[in-house]
Amino acid sequence: MSGLAMPKPDAETMRRRGEIVADMRIIVPGEGVVDTANEMRAFESDGLTAYRQLPLVVVLPETVAQVSRVLKYCNDRNIRVVPRGSGTSLSGGALPLEDAVLLVMSRFNRILAIDYPNRIVVAQPGVTNLGITIAVEQEGFYYAPDPSSQIACSIGGNVAENSGGVHCLKYGLTANNVLGIEMVLMNGEVVRLGGSHLDQEGYDLLGVMTGSEGLLGVVTEVTVRILKKPETARALLIGFPTSEEGGQCVADIIGAGIIPGGMEMMDRPAIHAAEDFVHAGYPLDVEALLIVELDGPSVEVDHLIGLVEAIAYKNGSTTCRISQSEQERLSFWAGRKAAFPAVGRISPDYYCMDGTIPRKELPRVLAGMRGLSEKYGLGVANVFHAGDGNLHPLILYDANVPGELDKAESFGADILRLCVEVGGVLTGEHGVGVEKRDLMPEMFNQIDLDQQMRVKCAFDPNHLLNPGKVFPQLRRCAELGRMHVHRGQVAFPDIPRF
Amino acid sequence: MTTFTPATSAEILSTVQWAAAEETPLEILGHGSRRGIGRPQQTEHTLDLSKLTGVTLYEPAELVLSAKAGTPLAEIEQLLTENGQQFAFEPMDYGPLLGGEPGQGGKNGTIGGVLASNLSGPRRLKAGAARDHILGISAVSGRGEAFKSGGRVVKNVTGYDLSKLMANSWGTLAVLTDVTFKVLPAAETEVTLAIRGLLDDAAVAAMALALGSSAEVSSAAHLPERIAARVAGGKHGSDAATLLRVEGFGPSVVYRIEALKQLLGKAGPLEEIAGEPSKTIWRDIRDCTPFADGGARPVWRVSMAPSEAHHMVMALRMQAAVDAFYDWQGGLVWLSMREDDPEADLLRGLIRKHGGGHATLVRASAPHRAALPVFEPQPPHLAALSARLKAEFDPKQILNPGRMA
Repeated sequence: MSGLAMPKPDAETMRRRGEIVADMRIIVPGEGVVDTANEMRAFESDGLTAYRQLPLVVVLPETVAQVSRVLKYCNDRNIRVVPRGSGTSLSGGALPLEDAVLLVMSRFNRILAIDYPNRIVVAQPGVTNLGITIAVEQEGFYYAPDPSSQIACSIGGNVAENSGGVHCLKYGLTANNVLGIEMVLMNGEVVRLGGSHLDQEGYDLLGVMTGSEGLLGVVTEVTVRILKKPETARALLIGFPTSEEGGQCVADIIGAGIIPGGMEMMDRPAIHAAEDFVHAGYPLDVEALLIVELDGPSVEVDHLIGLVEAIAYKNGSTTCRISQSEQERLSFWAGRKAAFPAVGRISPDYYCMDGTIPRKELPRVLAGMRGLSEKYGLGVANVFHAGDGNLHPLILYDANVPGELDKAESFGADILRLCVEVGGVLTGEHGVGVEKRDLMPEMFNQIDLDQQMRVKCAFDPNHLLNPGKVFPQLRRCAELGRMHVHRGQVAFPDIPRF
Repeated sequence: MTTFTPATSAEILSTVQWAAAEETPLEILGHGSRRGIGRPQQTEHTLDLSKLTGVTLYEPAELVLSAKAGTPLAEIEQLLTENGQQFAFEPMDYGPLLGGEPGQGGKNGTIGGVLASNLSGPRRLKAGAARDHILGISAVSGRGEAFKSGGRVVKNVTGYDLSKLMANSWGTLAVLTDVTFKVLPAAETEVTLAIRGLLDDAAVAAMALALGSSAEVSSAAHLPERIAARVAGGKHGSDAATLLRVEGFGPSVVYRIEALKQLLGKAGPLEEIAGEPSKTIWRDIRDCTPFADGGARPVWRVSMAPSEAHHMVMALRMQAAVDAFYDWQGGLVWLSMREDDPEADLLRGLIRKHGGGHATLVRASAPHRAALPVFEPQPPHLAALSARLKAEFDPKQILNPGRMA
């Protein structure tokens, strides 16, 4: 593990571990408490596998009342809690702490209601993203946000991370597809935000909870919007001699008023790695490969395919294939979907980044990345959610070579700084977690961060829920609440009436 | 009584810092087009943002627009229209309902106000509200500190989404100085399919059927008899009208309207309304024109599950005289009380009984607004959480104090 400072374990909590485990067994009877190192090993990391830590104890509650009692117990005794869904976070959001209860929500795995007239599904947070679609697909419905881990990631985790996916330019992120949640605060109070109606009353706490990375509350129920599946989908596979031309093509498609269901770009290293792996028939003589998927009624899809093809031609595409069958459409996607494992074949390890940039800055960012690649002596392959500017550089390294992980992390940090420099952000969909925590000051000044932490104080004034994530430096709520007013400095009679 | 009309965010910052130091409350105002919503305030001073104007960034190909908070919505919408784009959430204009003129000479609200009141319109059903399209903000908290959140890209999960928190906060958490929204292409064409003569329950069933199809209906409203004639100047007659809007590329719209006709052919007599007349209908529904009678009788805006709202209305009718019409597939109810009594407890009790939701008293006399909760009261734990959050942004209670109380 490279030099990541986590909150210092609380000695008192560590000393009372035996007592805490026993109390947890009273609150969650049966198989719901795991405390041996061997059994806890399965929970020591999430999708960001470079970081590992055994928790104090693993607790798997089954009821909302148990969640509430666990949190209240910990709150009263100043014990930290790390919530966890399926553990697929790519930013270390569910990384355990040595002195914290790991609250695993995987036993909350039931769908509670399917309501077709109102097009909603009510699910417990441990239901997988894909599980929701599976529950309603027989009637032709689906849940739109589709993070690539959808087979495993939980809907509660999706809320915590505001997960996106390939289709989110057209269909929105988790935040746009969740209507309500039930959650438990650190003090054990259960609150409901939203429901089966639109717009929460009062402050948009649902909006703030979505993407809060498990720092504000533990989600115990989620109400999502489901959609009718589009009648059909077809894709174009378009190659360009330069990334500039590919980028311009994307801009022109959107300029023509077309919002494709999916629009993905890959650079040369990613194209080659994918083609070598799955033989999708990708052209190997191009610098940028664009997959544009259009969905809807076939009359619309056919109409738009004609428009996109013309736009691609105008922008200097050297190859343009249009899927003629569902099988062919899937083959276009096969390479893209296998891009990460494909890169895994050409390098012992890879480190996946997640910045978002204004799309027009793509050529500049790619050029900058090439420079950094030379500087660090590490390769990089790029896949890009081209519609929304979300870039996933995959940095190639070998963890067995001493110092290479550190080098890869420094390379990644430089890429993210570059993203911020061109007007972008540190993370488009993977979350800050521990991974990008210390880069937050690149994007926010101390006042910005303090105001975010004050939101945390309203939910969890003792900083007990998932501490050490998102914020580079925790400040006590009492200190944050202090106001430095200089009475008389701007005296009333002197204030200009603008 | 002083009105501050700062023209820069620095001037806003110093004004709020002064107010925080003096612990003197400010009313935060854009155009004041929704000033009549919320509990009447008794602040000595007013912070008027209408001089803080200007679009600071608009990149159509990036689908992003930034503006200073006091920029007129009308000005921005015109700019978007010129570029074939729009705010997909279709922000409503409260002007007609609250006694002003439609458009109000470009004074129908500022872009900051759009977010602060989380405006939306009939397309809310498919495209979301202002909260779903806000990408980033700069603001001054009641602590007298300028902070920012979010960014200018459409996909961003860096830190808490304080931008969304500003939605529906009615100026009680911070003074917005800059906002950045996602914008989207405007549809090439639109057609509305009307089913005539349905009662509420049949209309709700028809709308659910349409929304459960792949016809991608973007808006669904039901205007009962008596109400239908108050839309589009009565041009479409007075029979009840259940309206389904389909938007998009020409050939696709034709196809999807046909699909809806097949699906709903047995529901009742069908009628197609295209182009400008269709737009007029949806504008009138958006702005609650049927109740824009220049009067002051109470009007409620109620959000519930689409399948439940009309049951609540039926139950309400047994105890109070009301007019009602439905948007959002039946889930948004506009209610006009025929007497002066807003019947707040009765209404809210029935909403709870029918699956929950919330009611906002959007038009009422000042005494009524002072006497009852204009916004839906929250259960104790949630109310306490909201109060803690308010205190973290505005510990001295200087920003629009009491407005949401």
